[in-house]
Amino acid sequence: MRIELRQRTEDSRLMVWLSPLLALALTFVFGAVLFAALGHDPLRALYVYFVKPLTDAWSLEEIVVKATPLALIGVGLALAFRTNVWNIGAEGQYTVGAVCGSILPVMLPEVQGPLLLPAVLVCGVLGGMAWAAIPAFFRVRFGSSEILTSLMLVYVAQLLLDWLVRGPWRDPEGYNFPESRLFEADAVIPALAGRMHFGTVIALLAVAALAILLGRTLKGFEFRVIGAAPRAGAFAGFSERGSIMAALTISGGLAGLAGIAEVSGTIGQLHPSISPGYGFTAIIAAFLGRLNPVGVVFASLLLALTYIGGESAQVALGISDKIARVFQGAILIFVLACDVFIRYRLHFLPARRAAARAEDAP
Amino acid sequence: MPDGNVLLEARGIVKRFGDLAANDDIDLSVHAGEIHALLGENGAGKSTLVKILYGSLQPDAGAVSWQGRPAVVGNPAEARALGIGMVFQHFSLFEGLTVAENIALALPPDAAGRGLAADVRAVSESYGLPLDPAARVASLPVGVRQRIEIVRCLLQRPRLLIMDEPTSVLTPQEAERLFETLRRLAGEGCAVLYISHRLEEVRQLCHTATVLRHGRVVGRPDPKTASTADLARLMVGADIEEARGRRGDGAPAGPVRLAVRGLSQTADTPFGVSLEDISLEVRGGEIVGVAGVAGNGQDELFAALSGETAAAEQAVVEIDGRPCGRAGPAARRRLGAAFVPEERMGHAAVPGMRLSENAVLTRHGTDRDISVGGVLRLGQARRLAERIVARFDVRAPPGDPEAKALSGGNLQKFVVGRELDRKPGVLAVSQPTWGVDIGAATEIRRELAALARSGAAVLAISQDLDEILEISDRIAVISRGRLSSAVPAAETTREAIGLLMGGAAD
Repeated sequence: MRIELRQRTEDSRLMVWLSPLLALALTFVFGAVLFAALGHDPLRALYVYFVKPLTDAWSLEEIVVKATPLALIGVGLALAFRTNVWNIGAEGQYTVGAVCGSILPVMLPEVQGPLLLPAVLVCGVLGGMAWAAIPAFFRVRFGSSEILTSLMLVYVAQLLLDWLVRGPWRDPEGYNFPESRLFEADAVIPALAGRMHFGTVIALLAVAALAILLGRTLKGFEFRVIGAAPRAGAFAGFSERGSIMAALTISGGLAGLAGIAEVSGTIGQLHPSISPGYGFTAIIAAFLGRLNPVGVVFASLLLALTYIGGESAQVALGISDKIARVFQGAILIFVLACDVFIRYRLHFLPARRAAARAEDAP
Repeated sequence: MPDGNVLLEARGIVKRFGDLAANDDIDLSVHAGEIHALLGENGAGKSTLVKILYGSLQPDAGAVSWQGRPAVVGNPAEARALGIGMVFQHFSLFEGLTVAENIALALPPDAAGRGLAADVRAVSESYGLPLDPAARVASLPVGVRQRIEIVRCLLQRPRLLIMDEPTSVLTPQEAERLFETLRRLAGEGCAVLYISHRLEEVRQLCHTATVLRHGRVVGRPDPKTASTADLARLMVGADIEEARGRRGDGAPAGPVRLAVRGLSQTADTPFGVSLEDISLEVRGGEIVGVAGVAGNGQDELFAALSGETAAAEQAVVEIDGRPCGRAGPAARRRLGAAFVPEERMGHAAVPGMRLSENAVLTRHGTDRDISVGGVLRLGQARRLAERIVARFDVRAPPGDPEAKALSGGNLQKFVVGRELDRKPGVLAVSQPTWGVDIGAATEIRRELAALARSGAAVLAISQDLDEILEISDRIAVISRGRLSSAVPAAETTREAIGLLMGGAAD
C-alpha cells in the first residue's frame, strides 16, 4: 500500500482546529515514551505533569498568572504572523517594555498618585513598540530580515536589563543583589485574587480588541491581505510598508505591555530573570491558537500548564523543570506537522494501483 | 551562405497540452554552421519545440535525428552530451557566487577542476565575451550575466547552440556584440537556433528561418531576401483575414476619459522594462487595444495606470480630466476607474480568501456600504459577491468559497465582473481572457463591448492579436517600452501591427 498526500481544493476548516488537538495527542505519546526512557512510569508521570496542576487551587491560579503574558504577547504575534511579518524578538520587546515601564517607579519613586500606574503601563507599551520599530525600520528601508534583527535585539535587551539592575538601577538597600528597588504601591497593578492581578483583565481586553480588529475592520483586512498576497494588497491600494511597520510595532507594544504588567503585577521589581522565555513560548501560543486571538487564549492556558507541569514534575519525579521547554518544543513541531492536513488529505492507494501509477509516470 | 551537413533534423513533432496542440506536425532541420531563426508570436509553439529538442519535454509523436542518426533526447543532460547547449531567456545564476563558481556548477565534476578559471578566461576572450572569473554575479549587469550563460555553454564545445530571445534583455550595443560572437561561432561550424520575434534582428543575423503560427510551420522564408513585412505577415497570419474594427467607422465617440501624457519610468529590476514617453487617450464609448509581445512593458504600463506605480507628476495620468498620476489605486477607483490585472491569483484576487473578501479587495474605497467608518460590513460584502456571481454567471461551489476553489475562467469572470458591476467610467484591463475557455472569453469580450457602448472608456492590453482585432476601435502597439500612436482598427492591417510588434517602428 502506498500513502499519498493530495491537495484539497479548499483548506479544511475542520483540520484548522483538529490539528492542535492531534498535535497535543502526539505530544502525550511523545511524553510517555520520553518518561519511560527516563525510567518513570509513563502514565503516572503524565498525570503529574498534565493533570495534577489542574487539581490544585494554587496551581490553577498560577496557570492564569503565567497565561497572562503569553496571551498578551501571543495575540500581537498572531497579528504579525498573519501579516507575514516574523517577529521572533517578542522576548526583547517584553524586556524593554519592562525596563521602560520601570523608569518612573525606579528613578522617581517619590512620584505617586492614581495616574502613576497608567503612566507606567503606557511607558511599557511605548518601550516595546520602540524596540520593535527597529527591525521594522530595517525591513522597510533596507529589506533586512526581521527574523534575524528582532531575534538579535533580544540579546541586546537582556544585556541592557542585566546592566541596569547590576549598575545604575541596583537597589541601594538590596544587599548587592542584582535587582531594582521594589515598586511603590501606586505603581503596582492591583490584585484580583491570590497571585492573580488586574493584568489578566487587560490581556482579555487586548484579545477582544485584536479579534475585532482582525475580523471586522478594514485595517485588519489590510493586514491579512498584505500577509497573504502582497501584490493583491498593493492592487487594493494598501501600503505594504505601512502594514509591516504597524504589525511589528503593535506586536512589540503588546509584548512591552506584557513585560511591564509582569514586573508591576507579579514580581514587584526588576531583576535579570523576569521571564521564563515568555516571548518565545508565545510564538508557540500564536501557532497553537491558529493565529486567532481567541484561540491564542486557550493555547496560552495550555502552555502555562506546561510551565507548572514542569515544576510539578521536578518536585514529584526529580526531573529537571527544563522538561517544560522540551514539551513546548514538541507541541510546536507536532502542530506545524499536523497543519499539513489543512491543505492536504491522506490518500491510501492499494499496492497494485500504486505500481500501475508508477509505470504511467513519465 | 553556409552549406554544412544536416546536424539536427526533427520530423513530424507533435506535442499536446490537453486540447491544445502546442506543436502540430513540425519539421525542422538545422545545418552545421548556420544561424537559423525560429520566428513566431507568443504561444506559437517556439518554446515547446526547443524544449523538446533540449530534452526537457518529450514529444507525443515525431522523431529527432542528430547527425543522421535517430536520437532520443531524454533530458537536458543527454542533450548536452550530444553537443546541444541552450541559453535561456531568464538566467539561472546564483547571485552570491562568483562567475567561475556558477560555471563550475553546470559542468560535469571532472571539468570543474582547478584549471577552470583559466579556461573561462581563455574561452571568453577568444569569443569576444570578456569575463572576470572571480567577479561576483550580484555586481554584474544583465549583459554580462548573459555572457556567463553563453560561456558556460561554449565550454562544453556545443555543436548546436539554442538561444531563447537573447536580445530581449540587452541594449542595442550589447546585442551587436552578441551578433559578432554568434557569427564567429557559425563560422567555426557551430549551428545556432535563434528564437526571436524581432524581425530586423533576424534579417540582419540569420541565414535561414522557420516561422511558426498556432503550433504549425507556416513558412521557411529566406531572411536575407524577405522583407520585414513578409516576415511579419507570416508571423501574424495576414492570410486569414484583414483587420476590421468593432464598429467599423472608427469615429471617436465621446470626451477623453483616460489620458496618459509623457509617461516615462526606468525599470527597477533587471527583467523589468523601462517605459519611454508613453502618451495615450481613450475616449468614452471606445475600446483601445494595446497589442504587443509579452515583456515589452505591458505590466509596467498597467501598474502605472492602476496606480500601483506612482508617476513622477500628477499630470501624467488623468481620469475624467482630473490629474491623478501620484494617486494610489484606491483614489483612482474613487475617480471612477476600475482595473483588471493580468494575473488572477495573488494580484487580482487572494487565493486563500473567500469571494466576499475578494469583493472587498477592490470595492472598499468606492462602496460606502462595505466599509463604514473602518468597520467591514461582511453581510454586504457577501451580498455583493453573490450579485457578481449571479450576474456574470460565475460557476462556483455553493456558499462563499475561497477564490482558489474556482476554475481559472470562472475566477476571471468574477474579477472582471467585480469591476463591471460598479459601472466604471474608465476600465483598464490586461489580458482579459488569458487562459479562459472560449465560452467565457466570448462572454467577457461582449461585456467589455457593452461597457464601452454605455459610454465608458476601455483600455485592453492583450498579447492575443485576434482578440485585439475583434474588440478594439483603435489599436496601439507596445514594443520595448514605447507605445505607437493608436490608429483606427478599420484603417490598419495585421501586417502593420505585426511590423510594430517586431519593433519596426524603432
